[in-house]
Amino acid sequence: MTNDKTTKNLTYPFGKHHRSEIPSRSGKTLENIELDNVLAGTVSPDDLAIQRVTLEAQAQVATEAGYTEVAENLLRAAEMTNIPDDEILDMYEALRPGRSTYYQLLSLSQRISSQFDAELTGNYIREAADAYRDTGLLKMEDD
Amino acid sequence: MTQRSKRFAKRAERGINKESYIHELPELGLCVMNSPSDPKPSIKLKDGVIVEMDGRSFDEFDGIDRFIAKYAIDIEQSETSMAQDSQSIARLFVDINVQQKDVRRVLSGCTPAKIVDVMQHLNVVEMMMALQKMRQRLKPANQCHVTNWKENPALLAADAAEAGLRGFAEAETTVRVARYAPFSALALMVGAQVGRPGTLTQISVEEALNLKLAMKGLSSYAETLSVYGTIPSFVDGDDTPWSKGVLASAYASRGVKSRFTTGSGSEALMGHGQGWSMLYLEVRCLLMVKGAGSQGVQNGSISCIALPESLPGGVLGVLAENLIAASLGLEVASGNDALASHSDIRKTAKLMLQFLPGTDFITSGYSLIPKKDNLFGGGNFDGEDLDDWLVLQRDMRVDAGLLPVREDETVAHRRKAALAMQAVFKDLGFPEITDEEVEAAAIAYTSDDMPDRDVVADLAAADDFLNSDLTAINVVKALSEAGFDDVADSVLEMQRQRVLGDYLQTSAIFDEEFNVLSAVNTPNNYQGPGTGFRVEGELWDKIQNLPQVIDPRSLVADEKADAKLTLTPKGEPQAGDENEVVIAVGPAFATSSDETLAKLSHTDVLKAIIAGIESEGANWKVVKVFTSADLAAIGLSGAKVSGSGIGIGLQSKGTALIHKSNLAPLNNLELLSQAPNLTLESYQALGRNAACYAKRKPPHPVPVKIDNTARLRLIVQTTLLHSREVNKIDEDRGLVEMAVSFQ
Repeated sequence: MTNDKTTKNLTYPFGKHHRSEIPSRSGKTLENIELDNVLAGTVSPDDLAIQRVTLEAQAQVATEAGYTEVAENLLRAAEMTNIPDDEILDMYEALRPGRSTYYQLLSLSQRISSQFDAELTGNYIREAADAYRDTGLLKMEDD
Repeated sequence: MTQRSKRFAKRAERGINKESYIHELPELGLCVMNSPSDPKPSIKLKDGVIVEMDGRSFDEFDGIDRFIAKYAIDIEQSETSMAQDSQSIARLFVDINVQQKDVRRVLSGCTPAKIVDVMQHLNVVEMMMALQKMRQRLKPANQCHVTNWKENPALLAADAAEAGLRGFAEAETTVRVARYAPFSALALMVGAQVGRPGTLTQISVEEALNLKLAMKGLSSYAETLSVYGTIPSFVDGDDTPWSKGVLASAYASRGVKSRFTTGSGSEALMGHGQGWSMLYLEVRCLLMVKGAGSQGVQNGSISCIALPESLPGGVLGVLAENLIAASLGLEVASGNDALASHSDIRKTAKLMLQFLPGTDFITSGYSLIPKKDNLFGGGNFDGEDLDDWLVLQRDMRVDAGLLPVREDETVAHRRKAALAMQAVFKDLGFPEITDEEVEAAAIAYTSDDMPDRDVVADLAAADDFLNSDLTAINVVKALSEAGFDDVADSVLEMQRQRVLGDYLQTSAIFDEEFNVLSAVNTPNNYQGPGTGFRVEGELWDKIQNLPQVIDPRSLVADEKADAKLTLTPKGEPQAGDENEVVIAVGPAFATSSDETLAKLSHTDVLKAIIAGIESEGANWKVVKVFTSADLAAIGLSGAKVSGSGIGIGLQSKGTALIHKSNLAPLNNLELLSQAPNLTLESYQALGRNAACYAKRKPPHPVPVKIDNTARLRLIVQTTLLHSREVNKIDEDRGLVEMAVSFQ
């Protein structure tokens, strides 16, 4: 997954101001995802998935509107567009209480970060690992 | 035991006394706003990191403190905010000269204990004023619950269509049998788009399944992300702040809106309140929600509402929760969903705290369906109460998220939704939805009106659907091929919106043209009178024009004379002998009106009075009083030209009295004030009594039916008939004696 285009300075709402410019994950723009295309069987789930850069642009909108934490969440979400559904469900499971050891979380953090180009998400998992260690939320080593 | 009062015994049976009321017991978390063990506000920073918060050092932080300190508190703002006096912060909330964003900035630097401390300075009305300003989206909206006991997909779709038509911005369903979830999510989504394009839908099921259904395109938002104010409760809920935070990002990464769920009382109920007040725990939750970067929260005690309501200040505390959430910049779906009281008065009074200021969603689940079909455990307000809600909006000129609908358009939308589901089920090879089910769904009261389905076959097909590659795209195709292009297009647009991500921003909903309305492009700009959201123009027209509103003129018959009674003017009245009773009638009597509010003809009323007078051997004459429409003035005018000094006053609408010439106008002898309750027997008795007064004999009680609702029912008619009487006043004509002839 690469981001060949940087989306910057878009005017919110994008649907009103930039509808024809926002590509889906497959690269199609919305005017190529009409009823006729669905009937012709040429629309796939990836055509209806949000791109990383679009979420980054939405994060920018949130920041400018004063919603700093929402923006940070959207930036993690932007990274997660690279992560497959099953992997996301596994990551969620690993972060539930008592599911992972400190080292399991650290290695998850490292893998997510490098494999999916997801540094913020990786950091977030590492911060969880530290907090879980300090506050008793890890899996017991001998479980 | 002292003697039992029958009145106390009667009150003891009322709904309000079926509830629990308890003293505070802070050690068990049974305390709303101010527990003795609540921490005192404090903050210490070192190298840009919070090392002490609310009296606890970093080493003593639990997972929630860690999360809040790391993600939720603005370090650059914190020392200023924490140094500011709590009362002066509280005053910012109600100062119309202070903008919302400035209040938010101050609050962004506050610790949980500081925020609780600020709230102690606001009373209920100040909190409502503050909520009006701090709500994030300009326009308030509402969310509903749509379920049915039989989990019938045609009925679910029909109800979802009605939800959309009625203006709900979001609709939520849940399931009794978890395996039904894929069908229920599908029915809700398709139905809601039939009702109103742009209605957001969600299903409340276990987190992982929920996420899967959203990924399939079958739901467009989620609010299952429950958080708690203590770590042991969190662990009981099988989550941590970080696991919930990952879920929030996961939904956003799929272009799906989400919000968290919190609420006073949950920790105490789970046995993990740690001695802290409900509000302190709730603020920890809300800061965690903010720190996770969720755009919003449903809070207001939600399903635990009965617990704060058992305590002093409980309802105030719940309002404080909503206010704090909004003030942290979060979208708020403000509770009022789970059954909160046996008393309609208490439920409504509590509702007003959110209904009047307006929140992003006044309820986090108005039960669109009858209580019986509510799988969320019974709604606080149900399908039966919809008209009450609409009337309250009209009464107070408030938009609380609902619009009036007509019966015919509602049935048509319901039928269309059920037909659309029938087509989708057919195309995707699911068990048939029969024509009989479609018709039943269009007009059903509850799922009792629905034919039974083959549950085993449904569940097997739902399992296959969940595990298949079928997504919302296949649903769009099925709808289009069956001729439901408009519905197909709306469902498709809901999917396309995921590519844009506009509705991930704070407080986002769609209008019927898929224009996003969020705190970013339509922020609440309330700053006192004349600003912010106002119910005006077309919206006010819609809110006031309920289907049951009628032209007031249609309530009374057209102006006409009594065909069976002729009053012929004879000239100025001359006093007769001392056996005489004057019957003084109003200016419109028998000439412009012909019947009373009780629908008695003027002929019959006059005949009855005359019969009464004659039965006591007195004489009578009729005088029309043109100088006044007022009953006392009519009666007294008659008495003054009566040989006996006794007069009967009779208004055209039927109200009557007996007057005496030497009394003050409002000091009459007998008054029959409730015209709608009077019968011909009443009028005859009145005539008899007037004759008795004239002949100085003791009068008898006049029989009158008791009906306390008469005034309520007939007040408009009263106004119209009386206005007719007033219009016929003609001072120049004065009093005129009338010759009476009955046909």
